[in-house]
This record gives sequence, structure tokens and C-alpha cells, in this order.
Amino acid sequence: MIGTFKGLLTTARWLLKRPVTAHYPEQHLPVQQRYMGFPALLMDDTADEPFCTGCMVCVRECPTQCMSAQMHDNPKFADGTSHRRKIINEFEINLNRCILCGICVDVCSFDAIEMSYEHELASYARTGSRADLTLLLDLGRRYVNMSGWTPANAEKNVAEVALAKRAAAAAAREAPAGDAATEETTEGGE
Amino acid sequence: MVGVTVTTEQAYDTVDMMLNMGPQHPATHGVFRMVLTVDGERVVDVTPHIGYLHRGSEKLAENESYGQVVTLFDRLDYVSNLNNELIFCRAAERLMGIEPPERGQYIRVILAELNRLASHLLFIGTYAIDLGAMTPIMYGFRERERIQNMFESVTGARMMHNFIRIGGVKEDVPPDFVPRVRALLDDVERGVQECDRLLTFNEVFLARTRGVGVIDLPTALSCGLTGPSLRASGLAYDVRKDYPYEVYPYLSYRVPVGENGDCWDRYYMRVLECYESLSMIRQCLDQMEEGPVMAQMRRIARPPKGEVYVHGENPRGDIGVFLVSDGTDKPYRVKVRPPSFCNLVSLRPMMRDAYIADAVAILGSLDIVLGEVDR
Repeated sequence: MIGTFKGLLTTARWLLKRPVTAHYPEQHLPVQQRYMGFPALLMDDTADEPFCTGCMVCVRECPTQCMSAQMHDNPKFADGTSHRRKIINEFEINLNRCILCGICVDVCSFDAIEMSYEHELASYARTGSRADLTLLLDLGRRYVNMSGWTPANAEKNVAEVALAKRAAAAAAREAPAGDAATEETTEGGE
Repeated sequence: MVGVTVTTEQAYDTVDMMLNMGPQHPATHGVFRMVLTVDGERVVDVTPHIGYLHRGSEKLAENESYGQVVTLFDRLDYVSNLNNELIFCRAAERLMGIEPPERGQYIRVILAELNRLASHLLFIGTYAIDLGAMTPIMYGFRERERIQNMFESVTGARMMHNFIRIGGVKEDVPPDFVPRVRALLDDVERGVQECDRLLTFNEVFLARTRGVGVIDLPTALSCGLTGPSLRASGLAYDVRKDYPYEVYPYLSYRVPVGENGDCWDRYYMRVLECYESLSMIRQCLDQMEEGPVMAQMRRIARPPKGEVYVHGENPRGDIGVFLVSDGTDKPYRVKVRPPSFCNLVSLRPMMRDAYIADAVAILGSLDIVLGEVDR
């Protein structure tokens, strides 16, 4: 009898408190900063092209083989507006297969793919879960706006910075040896 | 009736009845089927049928690289994912002869113990629901939700984390981790106390669980029972204590031991373990120092030829991984000793001579997870 009474007292204490439940379709709880939703591709705005060069390392490392990618020669590399020799042409992720493990992000050395905050991508069409390059870049843009993402290795991957660095290196090679040394020290000082 | 003589013995001759329970039965916590042989209300025999959730994880692991196998281990015992990740990563590390840095080990232990708390809270809730009490699962789930939110902020995922890696953890914890976990622990402690007050010494609960499904220590040992279910029978066998790993030797904690080996003891061991886990996490937070979280190693794990057996304490018992490497980047063989599967062996001695009405109480007290039983 005492135990039952104790239990009733415990539940009675919660009667007047606010419920902790969020009623889902009407109310959306915010995701955490590190939340891993579906993967998305990111745009390099300085060259107006994706970061992805189609090196296929994420495609190979994916435990569920949910991705496919195809690359071609980058026309902007010939123009000199980008440092990427190859650029992604087609990229498809089958979101039905994706298990959100984040291995693709770990292996990518071009800052090209990131786990976005997207988690409500249900669709009525059977093929609706296949995300192509356009959709993946859209998701990436939304992710950047929401999280304030910046590339981890900007020196290597952002076209503007990388091109400037290459130009500086080329200038240093052409200039006499003494000047090159001073230039390098100033660069290091920055 | 003319000309037929029936003796009294023949007229009242009874046969045992077969009663099928599951696989789609809510009390089996998944897809588990048992065939009960009943004599009236008494259970004479029980035959468990497993395999409905078999995904071939062990075989799949042979085609995945070591880093990818961690995602498969997430899906074995899907209510204590981090504990599973930890055991596989420890096996691979032992094979490669690397030791994760101390901060990495502390983070692993904190996360593993938080996951143990989440798993036990789920057990308390679902066990009460098995016995017909609706309220405790609400309290249990509320606290589990808080723990999962913490996981989301640390690992990025609520359940399938892929956070513990071979050689350490994926990344360092967020800067506000320590104060947030301390606040979380206070909340969870209140929640555990609430469930405890609500259920443990409730008369109806006691009547349903005391002296039900008793298993004595010799039988339990011969069945290979481990974890809280074995400790309920009176043996203080805890892998964390007996074969210490990670930073467990630096922590002081008790191993709760039961007396009777009945359903109530098995339930109460888990409640007591919740309190021990809370104290362990607090000690870890006090002792943790700054430093690297990942050992220096090659990006792709390629252990040398050899084999290793590593075991550790899961919320359900003693989980073991037997790992064979042929020197490539994929394991040659991965064998898991899942505690739930081995604990199921003791179902028959527990169920014998119990009432049918107690079958659910006994099965629930073992706290099996079918993802792990069937692999």
C-alpha cells in the first residue's frame, strides 16, 4: 500500500508541470551544431563551381555504396579562373541507402562534402530519394547558411586563395633568387 | 455410446499444449519467438526460435574495411551503440598494438557509461510496461531523450554514432561539454530516482517479480549468463572490474550483487548500476585533462596478421569480439559473442514451472536486444 501511495505522489508532482514532449509536425526542435543529416556538396563561390573534383574517394569508402560520381576536365582551369584540373560532372546519392555515418566527410580532402542538417526529405515518388548534383549543391548552400561553415583547408581548396598562392609561387620562381627569399619571408610573416 | 467402455484414466487423460508466442509480440522487444509447452497454467518447457532479424553482420564485416565495420557494430545492440563501437575498436587496437590517448579514453568511457544509463532507463521503462505499468516508461524515455540530445551534440547522431574510432574518438567534445554533462547527470539522477520510487518497492511490482524466474548461481554459470542478470544470482562478475580496460581502473565504484536471482533482483541490479554509472561519469569529468583524442596512426587501419579476442562489459553482459586479420585492410573474420544471445540460454531453466502469465516478466527481465541476438 505504501509503495502504491508513493508512486501516486510521484506522478501527482508532475501533473502541474509543463510537458517535455514536442508535438512534432507542428513543432520542430532545433538540431544541434554537430548534427549529421544527409550529405550535401558545397560550392566554392570564389570560382562559382563545386569544391568536388570527383576523386571518388567517398564513393569507394562508403559502407553502403550509396554514391556515384563522374568527373570531366575543368574548363575553368584552362581559363585560369580555377585551380581544379578536374571537376565534378555528375554526382548522385541514393538517400535511401545512406546510413549517415559521415565516413565520406572524413575521407574527403577537398572540403567538398559535408553532413548537412537535412533530415526531412521524404517524398512521394519512388525516385524522390535520389539526390543529383543540383539538389546536393542546394542542400549544401542551405547548410552553409544555417551553420556558418567555412572550409577547413582554405589554402588548398578555395580557388581564389589557391590561385593567388600559385601566382605568388610562380612570381617567386621567375624573380631572382635574392628577391624570392625576401618574398617568402614576407609571406611567412603574414 | 453403445458398446464402448471408457475407463476413468482415459477420460481424464491430459496432454501438454503447445503455445506459440511471437514473433510479432510486443513483449518480446523485437522479433523473437518462443514455443511454450504448457500443462494447464504451468510452463513445462520453452523453445526459443531466433533468426528473424539476422542480417549477417559478421559476414558483411569481412567485406568492409576496419573503419566501416564500426558502422555495423552500431547496429548490433541498437540501444547501447557506443558500447559496441568501443569493443570493436579495442579489438582492432589490440591487434595493431596502439593505445588511444588518455583524453580519448576518458571520452570513450563517459560516452559508454552514458549509453549504459540510456539502455538501463529503457529497460526500466519497458520492463514496467511488460508488467502492465504505463507510467515508468514515460519517465525513463524522458531521461533517455536528454542523454540522446547530449549524444547528438557530441557525435552528431542520436543512435548510430560512428564516433568511437580505431585509435581514439572522431573529434574532441564540444567546449561546453563538461558543464552540460554535469547538468544532465543531475537531471538523469532525479529521473532514475523517480523511476526507482515509482516501481522498485511497489507492492504489485514486487508480487509480479519476487520469486519469479529464479535461477541459482551454478545453473546461471553453466548457462553462460553474464552481466546484471548473473550478478543478480550472487556473483560479482564484472568485466570492467575483473579484466579492467580503458580508464576503468582509475574509477572507484561498487559492483551491485543480488541474492535470490529472481526477476526483481535482475531489475534492481540495473537500477543500482544506473547510480554507479552516474558516479563513474562524474569521476571521469573530474579526472579528464586536455590532450589529444586520437592516437598517431595511419589513416587507413591495416593490422598485422594475427588474431585477438577482446571482451568488455555491455549493459547486457559480457560482449566479446574475436577478430582475425590477414594483414589486409579488411578483417578476415569477425566473431561476436553477444551477451543477449548467450543470456537466452538461461531462459529454459528460468521458465520451467513458472506460470504462463510470468513468461513475459521472465523474458523481459533478461533485457534481450534482438539485433544482437540475431546479428
